[in-house]
This record gives sequence, structure tokens and C-alpha cells, in this order.
Amino acid sequence: MNLFRFVARLAAPLAAAATLAVSPAVAEEAKEQYFPLLTYRVGAYASSGIPGWGGIIDYFRYVNEVEGGINGVKLFWDECETEWSVEKGVECYERVKGGKNGSPVPIFLPHGDPISKALTEKSVADKLPLITTGYGRTEAIDGRVFPYSFTVMFSFWSEASSVVNYIAEQVGGKDKLKGLKIATVYHDSPYGKETQAPLELLAKTYGFENIQIPVPHPGNDQSAQWARIRQIKPDWVFLRGWGVMTPVAIKTAAKTGFPVDHIIGGIWSGSEEDVRPAGVVGKGYLAVTPFPAGQDFEILKKIRAEIVDKGKSDLKDLKSFGSVYYNFGVIEAIISVEAIRTAQKKFGVRPINGEEGQWGLEHLVLDETRLKEIGAEGLVQPLKLSAKDHEGGGSGKVLQWDGQKWNVVSKGWVASDRDLLLPLIYERAAAYAKEKGITPRSDGATN
Amino acid sequence: MSSIGSDAASDFIAATPDALWPRVRRALPIAALLAAAFVGAPAVGDDYWFNAILIPFLIMALAGLGLNLLMGYAGQASLGTGAFMATGAYATYNLMLRLPELPLPASLALGGVIAGAVAVVVGLPSLRIKGFYLIATTLAAQFLLEWTFNQYGWFSNYSTSSSISAPRLVFLGYDLSSPVARYLLTLTTATVVTLVAARLVRSQTGRIWTAIRDMDTAAAVIGVPVARGKLTAFFAGGFICGVAGALWAFAYLGTVDARSFDLDRSFQAMFIIIIGGMGSIAGSFIGAAFVVLLPILLSRVAGAAFGGAVDAGQLENLQNVVFGALIIVFLIKEPQGLAALLARLGRRLSSPSRR
Repeated sequence: MNLFRFVARLAAPLAAAATLAVSPAVAEEAKEQYFPLLTYRVGAYASSGIPGWGGIIDYFRYVNEVEGGINGVKLFWDECETEWSVEKGVECYERVKGGKNGSPVPIFLPHGDPISKALTEKSVADKLPLITTGYGRTEAIDGRVFPYSFTVMFSFWSEASSVVNYIAEQVGGKDKLKGLKIATVYHDSPYGKETQAPLELLAKTYGFENIQIPVPHPGNDQSAQWARIRQIKPDWVFLRGWGVMTPVAIKTAAKTGFPVDHIIGGIWSGSEEDVRPAGVVGKGYLAVTPFPAGQDFEILKKIRAEIVDKGKSDLKDLKSFGSVYYNFGVIEAIISVEAIRTAQKKFGVRPINGEEGQWGLEHLVLDETRLKEIGAEGLVQPLKLSAKDHEGGGSGKVLQWDGQKWNVVSKGWVASDRDLLLPLIYERAAAYAKEKGITPRSDGATN
Repeated sequence: MSSIGSDAASDFIAATPDALWPRVRRALPIAALLAAAFVGAPAVGDDYWFNAILIPFLIMALAGLGLNLLMGYAGQASLGTGAFMATGAYATYNLMLRLPELPLPASLALGGVIAGAVAVVVGLPSLRIKGFYLIATTLAAQFLLEWTFNQYGWFSNYSTSSSISAPRLVFLGYDLSSPVARYLLTLTTATVVTLVAARLVRSQTGRIWTAIRDMDTAAAVIGVPVARGKLTAFFAGGFICGVAGALWAFAYLGTVDARSFDLDRSFQAMFIIIIGGMGSIAGSFIGAAFVVLLPILLSRVAGAAFGGAVDAGQLENLQNVVFGALIIVFLIKEPQGLAALLARLGRRLSSPSRR
């Protein structure tokens, strides 16, 4: 059995690794709030990630340097690279969840759909709230079943509904939707299929024809799908792409003669990085997003003056300033900071922990007044979260690509039919609770 | 292989008192290791060690072991590891969901059996084709199965995102949802499967596999049942990968969808055995340690040494460069894998003392 002796030798490197593992620091009156960041600066999705981390870090720097922290409690952070892979994400989560320098972790941003799924239960055990903006499980809107998952702002179901409502806005009302053909061209993956259920319900309600066309990963040849579209002649195409699939879809659509200004991209088909590779034919392409692009929002002007122009920005490429992904980062940072601020009101002005962060999120109210104070009017939609509603908003803006940049073309925020969708979401959450043996919390639970 | 052969030969000698001591001495390190893993680790480990290090390491070692039986011992190259893992995960999930009265080990084992059966079907072309062509057919299975689990809602109980989530892990009334319990579940499974595999490769079946690997025409000529041997290898490999997949889904991540078992996972398992050592049980574990743990170690060292001082993106790229360079260095030093390298090292260390 001498081969097992080599297994024994394995113990040596393991022991060496053990000494490197950071033991959780002993808490001693921490003055600063720790906020770990999971990032992907390498790997297939790095180009969309990097502007986002710039947005988060620039806003944190702005809060620290201009506002003197959150009520005086400064933020400090470090990055853990995930490459968008679930194992690395779980490792990072376990590495940072204990806090740092005496400060606990208030809120955790998984930045990756598979990572957020793998952390769904772990975060409940660790009492650490996850914010997933524009991704994650739709059922997690029901905070009674998913107490520590927050699909804040815009779930995929809201995305689908907002697109339908935008089309209604264009054709002159929801009653005009009857008889329209709306084709959804989607990435054939769990993410891509997520809008099938809401679209089916919306089609039944409004009487439009719901056509679903899958594109296999990665989607770098879509001639078959667009030939089919040419045959069906839909009035609108809802494009739920991922990575290279989006520019290829736009190019193929243009080639087959489908009007690009009748294609509406979803959240992950609506960034500069998605449409620029399509070249000139991308002009007129639409996309719905909770992260409107633009540099003219008050807070972006302030960040530009205080951080970017002073050479303190995390961005290497300043062209990304004000892009969809940069603004995504700023928005995520604003929501996190405001949740911490809300929690401080109840628990005291000090670094707060995950359980308190969860309370802060469930009592987060960002109304027009507060958004104006922050300077995020028009950038962040009004939000009101509760135990029963971890989404809180459910609206998106529709952007149009003019060949150089995105411009908002919808009349403000396009709301989704949440009253119609929520019962179905609650039903699915209840089914999940039953399967997992979870007893849902009561509506008014403050935990 | 010679070392395994001579060990096996010594096993056939009746355990006379004289021969007993060397066998006990040989078993000592593995006994010490098992004691450390079963008693020591739970006593000193924390969540980070279980959730981020030990559980994924053991599971990937198990997946590597499955592929090693198939590819390292029986010579049937396969890129279907991810698909077999997915089959095991989805099969176990459906067994736990639809037959809740089955105890957990039975669900796991049955999930493995289903994965093994699927692997046998995938392995049928191996009766006619070999080498790279066989890789292509297993690759087809990889894509087909991943697509199937994503496409048909029944497999995931019509979940919105086609993901499967572990029902409560309970065995004999004990709740296995804590990190330590999930670690012990993984460790126990890995230990049992590894011991069985170690016996298996020295049995008649294992010898048939090795004969097929070394030259299947010659094996057929001397009367080795080649077809049966290939298919048993696919079954054994698929079974172990299936169990690994179920553990990956339920003991490690909790919630997964088919993307967790994509082609990258198959490549990862293949790299584990190429780096660790093909045709070596220990090689699967050493390779898994290298592929799964070394990047984590590098990241922690880099973070401690340069964190904040160097641009985060460049630091990450640098780690990947170092990791890649290490793979090349080790494979040049020892193309037979780390297991052979360590064996050489072991011989060099132990021979002077014996003199």
C-alpha cells in the first residue's frame, strides 16, 4: 500500500496552508466599517466587471473623503477575485464573512448568479444579507422565505414586464398590445429561461403572441434564429443575451433586415460593451435597464469633481465613467451605504453586522426627497423594501444607442406589473419553502 | 505500475506473523491520515476550512478518481466527467425529492448507479472507436446531458431557474446541514469509495482494465473480455463521478444548476489526473490538491504580500501565470504526474535510512 504514503505527504502542504489562513481578528471597538468586495478582474467577464468595481470604489471613496464616512463611520474594503466562478466565490465568502480588524460584514455583494445561488442557504446560517441587483433568484423577492437574499430593484420578471409596458407605451396603451407578436430571443440557460413564466402570464393577460426562440451558448452564430424571425415577422424582439450573443444578434438582425430599433435588450444586453462590437448597425438599438447610463446625474458630477478629476478614481480607462456598468457600481454602492445608514439609525452609529444590515435593508426607503439629497435622482429608482418585498422597485429605463452613447428614451421609469406578477412569485416561493422545509416568517417580521 | 503489481503480489501471500508487520507498517500512514481527517480536522477546523477548502478538495479528488479508473486504468479517454457528475446530482436530487423515505446513503448510491448506467450508454461507442474519437463521443454526451437538464423542467422540479437545491440532509435523525457534518459526510463517502476503488483496481476487474489499456488487441487475443471490461470501467467511473456530483451539489454548494457541471468541470477533472498521475489512486488526491488548493494558496499569499500595493487585476493575472508555470515545471520534471514525483522523492528519502 505504499501509494497511500504519498497521500500522507499531502498533509505537509495542507498544514503549511493552515498557518497562512487568517484567523478572525478579535473585535475591539472597531471605528471603521468593513465592506468586502467580490470582483472579477480576470476571466471571460472581466470587461463588464471592471467598470462596475470602479463605480463602487469611487462612490465609497467619495463617501469617505467628502462626507467623512457614513455618519462619521468610514468604510474600508478589500477585493477578492472570483473570475465569476462559483468555487472561488464561495471561498472568498468564507474568507471574508468573519469581518476584518474588528469590524463585522454588513452586506455582501456576490457579483455572480451561480455564486449567489450557492450562498442562498449559507447566508441564512451566517445571518449575512446578499444584495443581487439584476440577477439572482426571482422568488427571493419573498423575504419571508428568503430572509437574507435581496433581489433589489429589478428582477428578471420585472424586466420582462417593463419591456412589455414600454412596447405598450409605444403603440399607445396596453389595450393595443392585443394581437402583437413579441419574440423573445434568449440565451439558452437557466438565466435565459427565467422570463418564460412571466411572459406567458403577460401574453395571456394582454393578448399578445408570445414567441420564444432559444440561442445556444455562446451564440456566435444566429443565422437560423434570425431566419426564423424573418419568417414570423414579429413586431418587437426582446433580446435576452449574455456576452458575445448580444452583438452577434444585433449584427445578424441588421443583415436579415429586421429593424434594430425594434429590438429591446434585457439588463445583460444593454451595456456599451454589448453594443459597441456590433458597429454602426447598432444605431437605434434599445435596452431596458435599472442602471441608466449618463454623466449628468448630480452624484456623478460630484464624483467627477472630487474623485475622478483628482486622480483618485479606481478606473484605469476613464472613458467608462458614466457607462451602464460604472453606474451599476455607483447604484449598488448607494443602496449598500443607505442600508447601513438606515441600520445605524436603529442600532447606533458604529460598524454594523449582517443581522443589523438585514434589518437596514428591509427598512430601506429611498424616496424622491432622499434621492435628491444624495444626488441620485433619475439614477436610482425610488425604492421601498420590506420583509414581503425584497425588490422594492421593479422599474427600468429604456435606453437607445445613438452610435456613440446611450440616451434615455422612455418617459422616466417604466414600471412593471408587479401586482400581476407578485402572486405568482409568492406561489413559487411557497413551493420552495415547502420543498426545503422552511417555515416562512410573518409579514411584519423585523428579525 | 510495477509498485502496485508487487504490492498486489504481497497481498496474495498468507499473512504469516513475519509478513504481518510490513503490512501493518504500510497501513500506518494512511491510518494516521484518516484519524487526522476524521478526528483532528473537525476538532480544529472552522467554516472556512470545511466549506472552502476540504469539501471541494475531497469532491474533486473523488471526481478525479472516477475519471482515473476510466482513463488512467482502463485507458478510455473521456470528457464526460461533468455530465456524469450532473447526472449523479440530478438523479440524487430527484430520488430525495420523490422518494423521501429513502435514507441519504441509499439516495447517494442510487444516484451513483444511475450515473454509472448513463456512463455505460455513453461508453457504448468505445466498443468500436478509441482515443481521440472516443473523446469526441464523450464530449457529445457532455453537451447533450447538460442541455437536457437545462431544457426539461422535470429534472429540476420546474424551478424558475432550472436549479436544484438540496432538500434537508438528514441521516439517522442527525441534521447534516452544518459545515462539519457536510464535511464528515463527504469524507466518509470519499474514504469508502476510495478504499473500494483501491481494492477494485487490484482485483480481476482492475487487471482486465490494465490489459485493455496497455493493448486491447493483445488483451482480446489472450481471452480478456474487452467489451465487458470497457463497460465496467465506464460504469465504475460514472458511478464515482455521479456520487461526486451529488456531493458537489448538496454537500458543497447547496444549490446548483447544470452550468456547474459544464465542460470546464470535465477539463478540470482531466487536469487533476494528468497532473496528479494517471493510473494512481493517490494521484487523484494529489492532483486535486494541486488544481483546487494551489490557486487559493497563491491568492492568499499574493493578498498578504502585495494586497493594495499592486493593481488588483494585474495581481490576479500574475497568479494565473505562476500557476500555469508551476504546471509546466512539474510536468517537465515528471510527465507521469505528481504521484510519481513524490514516489521518487519518497524512495530517495527512505533508501539511505535503510542502508
